[in-house]
Amino acid sequence: MIGVGKIKQYTNVLDKPLSRGKQEVSLKRRLEDAGYAVGARVLELLCHRDKGNRRETRLLGILSFVHNTVWKVLFGKVADSLEKGTQHEDEYMISEKELLVNRFISIQKDMGTFNCGAFVAGIVRGVLDGAGFPAVVMAHFVPVEGQQRPRTTILIKFAEEVLEREARLS
Amino acid sequence: MASTACFMIVSRNDIPIYEAEVGTALKKEDAAHQHQFILHAALDIVQDLAWTTSAMFLKAIDRFNDLVVSVYVTAGHTRLMLLHDSRNDDGIKSFFQEVHELYIKILLNPLYLPGSRITSSHFDTKVRALARKYL
Repeated sequence: MIGVGKIKQYTNVLDKPLSRGKQEVSLKRRLEDAGYAVGARVLELLCHRDKGNRRETRLLGILSFVHNTVWKVLFGKVADSLEKGTQHEDEYMISEKELLVNRFISIQKDMGTFNCGAFVAGIVRGVLDGAGFPAVVMAHFVPVEGQQRPRTTILIKFAEEVLEREARLS
Repeated sequence: MASTACFMIVSRNDIPIYEAEVGTALKKEDAAHQHQFILHAALDIVQDLAWTTSAMFLKAIDRFNDLVVSVYVTAGHTRLMLLHDSRNDDGIKSFFQEVHELYIKILLNPLYLPGSRITSSHFDTKVRALARKYL
């Protein structure tokens, strides 16, 4: 949290010689990389501590591990929902009404679609990558009717090899 | 009683990040190379086996003459591999579990890059002490 605040301060202080677009992308990448390092460690630690040394070998297993155990340890509660994408076989979504990292941060209008949930997306990618389920993970804002602030969705798109292996194992 | 034992930690990307000869037998010049070769050859088998079970300790997965390869796969697919000639399954399992805990402590260091070589001499001393205790 403090890290993200500092990064925002840093970008405000700089007199932007670069275009806004480039800064957004590099900020997002730095947040994701920071999250990736956390995810790799969280996976090993939690499997050892909370799961009694049992690895996850199936897709649904690792998804529910992220949705329940990882969320509980990081944010003190399980994630609000886990859904399977309707349009593509390889997409899954974890949604949160108010993601902790987004709760106290407001995005400037000219930052466009930047979402500080990129840090959490990095954590999820670190966990999935470490367990052997490579995926592209992104954070999106989804406007909800009746609510002033949009809810955050972490979109997980698994690589082809994961689906092939799942098909082979089942 | 002299026993040969070669212990290696291999990362997810098949790069060895730690190796140690922990047996009590006399060291021979070419034995070390042969041990490493046998362990590398066993990596394929480990990869297939790892996806069939959710346990971490895979017992004896490969044999070479009278040497046996036992493997312990962590959640992050880091493989702790042991080449040995004894049949002490329980001792080996305890050894792996203790080294796993040491490995997690190394991993939790934010300055340690996962997948890079483990250079801590403290870790080395501890692993050798555990090997003397359990193997």
